[in-house]
Amino acid sequence: MTSMSTDVTTNRHTLTALAGELLERATRQGASAADVVAAEGDNFSVQVRLTAVDRLTRAREKRAGIRIFFGHRSASASTSDFSRESLHRLVDDTCALAKAVVEDPMSGLPERSQLATTFPDLDTYDATSLAPDLQIELARRTERAALGLDTRITNSEGADFNSSAGRIVLGNTHGFMGEYRSSSFSTSVSPIATDVNGGMQRDSWYAVKRKFARLESPESVGHEAARRTLRRLGAKKVSTCRVPIVFDPDMAAGLMSNLSSAVSGYALYKGTSFLVGQLGQKIGSDLLTVYDDGLLQGGLGSRPFDGEGVPTRKTVVVERGLLKSYLLDSYSGRKLGLASTGNASRSVGDSPSVGTTNLYLTPGSWTPDAIIKSVKRGLYVTELIGFGINMVTGDYSRGAAGLWIENGELTYPVEEITIAGNLKEMLKNIDMVGDDLVFRGRIASPTLRIAEMMIAGS
Amino acid sequence: MTTESHAELSHFGVTEGDITHALRKVNVRDVDYADLYFESCRNESVSMEEGLVKRAVKSISQGVGVRATAGEKTGFAYSDDITRRDLELAADAARYIAESPQGNRPVPAARRSVPKRDLYPMDRARADVATAERVDLLSRLDEEARRIDPRIKNVMASFNTEFKVVVVVTSEGQIVGDVQPLARLQVTCIAEENGNRQIGSFGGGGRIGFAYFTESDRFLHYAKEAARQALLNLRAVEAPAGVMPVVLDGGWPGILLHEAIGHGLEADFNRRKTSAFSSLLNQRVASELCTIVDDGTIPLRRGSLNMDDEGTPTSRTVLIEKGILRGYITDKLNARLMGIPLTGNGRREDFQSVPLPRMTNTFMLAGESDPQDIIKSVKRGLYAVSFGGGQVDITNGKFVFSASEAYLIEDGQVTKPVKGATLIGNGPDILTKVSMVGHDLTLDEGIGTCGKDGQSVPVGVGLPTIRIDEITVGGTQG
Repeated sequence: MTSMSTDVTTNRHTLTALAGELLERATRQGASAADVVAAEGDNFSVQVRLTAVDRLTRAREKRAGIRIFFGHRSASASTSDFSRESLHRLVDDTCALAKAVVEDPMSGLPERSQLATTFPDLDTYDATSLAPDLQIELARRTERAALGLDTRITNSEGADFNSSAGRIVLGNTHGFMGEYRSSSFSTSVSPIATDVNGGMQRDSWYAVKRKFARLESPESVGHEAARRTLRRLGAKKVSTCRVPIVFDPDMAAGLMSNLSSAVSGYALYKGTSFLVGQLGQKIGSDLLTVYDDGLLQGGLGSRPFDGEGVPTRKTVVVERGLLKSYLLDSYSGRKLGLASTGNASRSVGDSPSVGTTNLYLTPGSWTPDAIIKSVKRGLYVTELIGFGINMVTGDYSRGAAGLWIENGELTYPVEEITIAGNLKEMLKNIDMVGDDLVFRGRIASPTLRIAEMMIAGS
Repeated sequence: MTTESHAELSHFGVTEGDITHALRKVNVRDVDYADLYFESCRNESVSMEEGLVKRAVKSISQGVGVRATAGEKTGFAYSDDITRRDLELAADAARYIAESPQGNRPVPAARRSVPKRDLYPMDRARADVATAERVDLLSRLDEEARRIDPRIKNVMASFNTEFKVVVVVTSEGQIVGDVQPLARLQVTCIAEENGNRQIGSFGGGGRIGFAYFTESDRFLHYAKEAARQALLNLRAVEAPAGVMPVVLDGGWPGILLHEAIGHGLEADFNRRKTSAFSSLLNQRVASELCTIVDDGTIPLRRGSLNMDDEGTPTSRTVLIEKGILRGYITDKLNARLMGIPLTGNGRREDFQSVPLPRMTNTFMLAGESDPQDIIKSVKRGLYAVSFGGGQVDITNGKFVFSASEAYLIEDGQVTKPVKGATLIGNGPDILTKVSMVGHDLTLDEGIGTCGKDGQSVPVGVGLPTIRIDEITVGGTQG
């Protein structure tokens, strides 16, 4: 049998040398400054469906990108072709491109003094290499656990297991050269349940960790997926009403993601955020304290330095409802007259933008059960779909599904309704926060309650 | 450089010998089909904000995806290096799923062919212009939008072009290639008045050249539309909440069909019986006024292709005929497993992704009603002209799409503009509530991108003005 391991390439030297060579050529071509990102990775993913293998995907990728400055003019380009000829052409094309755009006085690399000098180990890399057959078995176990929980689970969109590992090298003409490795292991399953009338519902559950040994068991993921799917059977509409809404942790994390977009330096200087001009102001309830922590050990968003080489840190974004900090890279910082917060996010071939590292709402004192118990009549929302959020105004209107709360108890499942409000009001109306914070992604939140929103239904 | 007008294997530095070698590797007993997808893609993007064209980005990617299928199983591998050795490694990985000994089927001799259609002739579709011309286009557009009204405070615009050369080599012995241009211009305006800030967006494109945007000052029209929408939203009132009649304007509101119907008719979900439409073939799923097609053969459209990403010519597929569900859209794997016709809808984002059944241009054919009469027929409801994105849950059929420009209809008259709101409905029955269809079929401007399974592909939609008797509108006013 053919072997397919997900061994990480150990090309540290090659990538660093390549970055150095690109910077050198850029300088020789007259560039006043430049930075290079080079990345490589391996990925192996397995999908099974109804326990049979559905798809195996094996991938090895590499890419290098350069951003070149001629004074205040700049451009970026990238390629996956690492031949010398192609890399030289990349630099030359980028120089030509940079000369064609307009001067932007705010553009430039971060100051030399802002760049990272130490590189903490953030526990984001695990060299474990899983044999294909083991990954197939893990995906099968996840799906089997979901299919076996209840006879009403009749079908499945499949389960998967992914493992990936990669390395990123960043260098610039200030003499910065840094690199880090990371890995991730994840599994998910989407079971389908059928009710007595033939109505189908699907839900899913997943787990993702930097280290294989920390990943939840396939059985626990499968059972949770089945539980979430079964509770949707027999869902109906409710009538249009204004009630309290309890967001489960994943939906609450979505709300924190909306908040993170609104505090991104780019949205603020462009005027496309509903939080323009609100720094230092009260933007949420006293229960709203939000951190962005790039140094969280083992975090899915942890990295020693950002997309420009600036060290990551723990930033207090919101404290007891007061907006304490935006999330910034050096460009958006300059536009707003502020220093970078180490939140430059960089896709290999593009100029930086702002991204979160590990952003979370700090837990409150209520158990999720106590939050549900507090609601006489309202919605526990477990799914939101669509793109009905206007970040400029904060207007919010999304398709929702969940469970109806009656006298503090979860009763029947609800679907084909919308919830609507405005993010500005919603943040201020958070009146309960749970104690159940668990990191399941780069953005996390405990359960939370919003005092009142509009439900449109029948 | 990928400036060829014809896609040839030699473009990728491989020979027919190399591919025969790779195909022989995947020629094991249980593999019933295999293909190699060579792709070279060049993207260029310039964007402007605050009156400055400050971002210019160019990316070049090239690689090969190797796939083998055995029954329902797919083995897939890709590489961004294309050497004989890389092809061999990818083929090894792809055939892993078969777990069977070497087969003895002969690998057929390769037949080169070219797609029969030329939907985007290179003399019209090449968007290869100097960066300076792109920069000038964006600058003029910015001036135009600001000239319209002093309340326009910021203009953001981007111009993106993609030039893709693909060659598909199949275990059936086919070698066929295509050159696929794509361009898009997008404008966003921010209007501000007394602390009230609003956004408006407009854009367009297709498999067309740079000249398309300057013809009859089309790019200035985009700027005007984006500015108009932002200014209109300054006086928008809260949207209503609840069930009501909704009139959808023609064009981009066709996203309704894409979400409510289109995804649910993709063959993969139906083969697995996970779609709300799985058991509804030849049954009524729409009013008899509704005939809906997916058509990848319309010249110059964003969703059109000479061939799909498996080398199959695209076609026009009737999905719903006078309200009756007639067919699914298919790729090779699902057509074979389900024993249904191949419709040329096997599409992939790039060489790093596997083909899936995907839509091309999905639209409803024109009816007979006068659009004005459709509006007049509504006592109290919503008139929705422009939309942002949409989403669907394939399994329970619930879909949403979000209006970005909408008005109240009161006593048959279009009155106040309302804030954006999400509309939610149930795919298998929403079109049974279509009671009037206009004679004004319009295709969208060419801005749609569809996401499925993490893969994005360009698509088109279209719609005449229609009346839906009832749908839930997710506003804030009860």
